Amino acid sequence: MQSLSNRAKKLEKKPMTLAERAYLPAIFQGLTITMRHFYRAATKKQVTIRYPEETRPFSPVFRGLHVLKRDEQGRERCTACGLCAVACPAEAITMVAGERKKGEQNLYREEKYAVSYEINMLRCIFCGLCEEACPKAAVYLQADKMAPPRYERDEFIYGKDRLVEPVSPDNRSKRGIQLTPEQADKLRSQMQPA
Amino acid sequence: MSLESLGWQGLVVLVVFGISLLIATYCTYAERVIAAFLQDRVGPDRAGPWGLAQPLADAVKLFTKEEFFPSGANKALFIFGPCLAMITALMSSAVIPFGSFLKFGETVVHLQGIEINVGMLYVFGIVSLGVYGIMIGGWASNNKFSLLGAIRAASQSISYELAMGLSLIAVLMMSGSLSLRDITLQQSVPGEWHFWNIVKQPLGFLIFIVCAFAETNRTPFDLPECETELVGGYHTEYSSMKMGLYLFAEYVNVFVASAVMSVIYFGGFNFPFQYELREWLSASRGFSADAAQNVVAILGVVAVFAKIFSFIFFFMWVRWTLPRFRYDQLMRLGWTILIPLAIFNILLTGGLITAGVIPEIKQWW
Repeated sequence: MQSLSNRAKKLEKKPMTLAERAYLPAIFQGLTITMRHFYRAATKKQVTIRYPEETRPFSPVFRGLHVLKRDEQGRERCTACGLCAVACPAEAITMVAGERKKGEQNLYREEKYAVSYEINMLRCIFCGLCEEACPKAAVYLQADKMAPPRYERDEFIYGKDRLVEPVSPDNRSKRGIQLTPEQADKLRSQMQPA
Repeated sequence: MSLESLGWQGLVVLVVFGISLLIATYCTYAERVIAAFLQDRVGPDRAGPWGLAQPLADAVKLFTKEEFFPSGANKALFIFGPCLAMITALMSSAVIPFGSFLKFGETVVHLQGIEINVGMLYVFGIVSLGVYGIMIGGWASNNKFSLLGAIRAASQSISYELAMGLSLIAVLMMSGSLSLRDITLQQSVPGEWHFWNIVKQPLGFLIFIVCAFAETNRTPFDLPECETELVGGYHTEYSSMKMGLYLFAEYVNVFVASAVMSVIYFGGFNFPFQYELREWLSASRGFSADAAQNVVAILGVVAVFAKIFSFIFFFMWVRWTLPRFRYDQLMRLGWTILIPLAIFNILLTGGLITAGVIPEIKQWW
């Protein structure tokens, strides 16, 4: 049959030469190859990352575990507007809104705040749409933390106790620029398509 | 032999026994690390520094696993199989000379378990008994895969023992002695350039090492355990420490095979310039004659273990390089290539001895 593409190679089965039949040259060839690998593994740095001690560097745009940010005075930014819950394609976010009482001005930034705020990490797909939807620059996905594995399903529902960042500025998440809501508005208006 | 030196000899036997076990234990670790390095991996490194406590962890694991007896198994033979494999493996290291001798005044301690004038035959006899451990274990398991593995082991060792024995006959023709100590001493004559047997018997050594791989059931000839076809071969039904004994016996066999090869073909405890070193130590370093001999003997022990370890490394290196043979290829290699080659080697050696190319061995000691 005529070849259409002329790419097919015709293979000939030649009788083996003496060196091939003796098998030993091929064995020595194989042994040198494995020895080269041995030498490389024994002398140079291995490619293996020993996980708990070493970690692979995260990408700066990695979207990991969520954090609820505080502002410069340590007040919670979230006003429980629910935009993140609406934006969430996996319906992982729920919250209960409450009214700020007198004397809680140092705790919550605005009159309305989230009494409870829960993210189900099993539902979450870490798309980052909540972060984009938030008008108060309150919720961020951290680039350096992942939701760790757990044994029980309900342990994956993260409440405010595990989401809100610490009050001390030193322990705060590095993720999320400390924007005032005004700055965030300005940025967002710049990003709007004309 | 006085009672005192008999006591010393007993101590040497115990030490040899312990060393064989220790080496077998650390072979499991070495095998994993070498395999990992050959495949660009890391290997066990969690238990202790560089994972050195890994064999201990494995032993604890094996001892605490469930002892399982398959239904329909012959219980007595099922237990006897791994015991026999381990006992025969350990017995064969008794005649290996690990060093010349230590001298403390009147007491002379030979660094060898027992010196018998049929040392090589003894090793062969014990090693061929070793296959009974595998056969009995495989048969007693009442499992078709185990039985297949056992039958493979039996026919494989019979086939390769022939070629192995024939390749050794050529060495015996030169040495005129079956004693492993004699063969070692013949490979180095004081004041003369004298070469190890590998130089005189390259073909014989090649046949011997191929057969050694087959005798110890190591890749590329590990058809008796052949996990891709036979589940686990003869130890499919074994668990707990009985399984551990089989695995250990394999490594002890590797150790013994390496020791035999270094003694017969690579000069055993001899190392270059040993007699010159002894002279120099006693003449210009102020060592007494005994002390000089002891230093040289200890260096000889180091030398023989260096040779043994490089052979063990070679066994592992080959294991992680070559794929397994097919069973018909294994049989064809044994019967139609190795045995005729070994017979040819005997004829060649005989011809060379008659022609005077290979000099006659002097019993100089």
